[in-house]
Amino acid sequence: MTGKYEGGAFMQAVRSFALSAIVFSAAYAALAIAPTELKQGDIQRIFYFHVPSGMNALLAFTVACGASIYFLIKRNVKADWLAASCMEVGVAFGSVVLITGPIWGKPVWGVYWKWDARLTSTFVLLVLGLCYLLLRGLIEDPERRSVVSAVFCIFAFLDAPLVYFSNRIFRTLHPKPVILGDSDSGLAPPIARVFLYCFIVLAILMIALIWERYRLEELRHEVAELRAESDSA
Amino acid sequence: MQNLNSLIAAYAAAWLIFFGYHYTVARRLSQLREEVEKLKQSIGKRSR
Repeated sequence: MTGKYEGGAFMQAVRSFALSAIVFSAAYAALAIAPTELKQGDIQRIFYFHVPSGMNALLAFTVACGASIYFLIKRNVKADWLAASCMEVGVAFGSVVLITGPIWGKPVWGVYWKWDARLTSTFVLLVLGLCYLLLRGLIEDPERRSVVSAVFCIFAFLDAPLVYFSNRIFRTLHPKPVILGDSDSGLAPPIARVFLYCFIVLAILMIALIWERYRLEELRHEVAELRAESDSA
Repeated sequence: MQNLNSLIAAYAAAWLIFFGYHYTVARRLSQLREEVEKLKQSIGKRSR
């Protein structure tokens, strides 16, 4: 390998190993170090991956929306690449939320799913994220793809505040927030410490994935330019 | 541990999504790197 991608495969392996190690350490903290919650028992340990995944997914969608607005104003293609990367990673994190949630819900609520405001708005956000990715794949012209994707991303993001406020405003089967919630909300210190660690680890994982996905867009662009150069030679 | 199967299922699903996605991105990156190299070599040969 040459140029800015030199040593790519080796560095990729190092990054993969480091990411696996920190995610494993977070799982160990959640499963072995965190205390057993008194009401729910061990099933509550899903909380340590479910909630941070949801928070990071919302962060990724927020950055995607910001990058899309920036793209529409400045027409900077790098902002479009960042938006696409954040949306794809946001969908991956959102999928974790929508799969681990029902697995946690069944033993606690007695049902896997209920179409309440929180669950429905989260489901809609994930579907909109998938539509965004599908839309990008369908439009061939790069400029048109970037503009349409940016507009759709902003439209999709309109659902994000609804996800955040749904269990604060409406009565839902999903519990009230324990983080940034009412005055009686909050976590016991031993639970809060493990939660914070898991959140930081998943945030690092999210940033690493966005960065790799962004490099993918860069390389696609480089391949397109080299193909054009090759055809004209 | 109570509800051990559910707990394992949830963690397995999370790991599968995170690392499955990481693997697909890494694979696509590797394929594109190879393509960039091939195109550079092809252009280099023609220009000689």
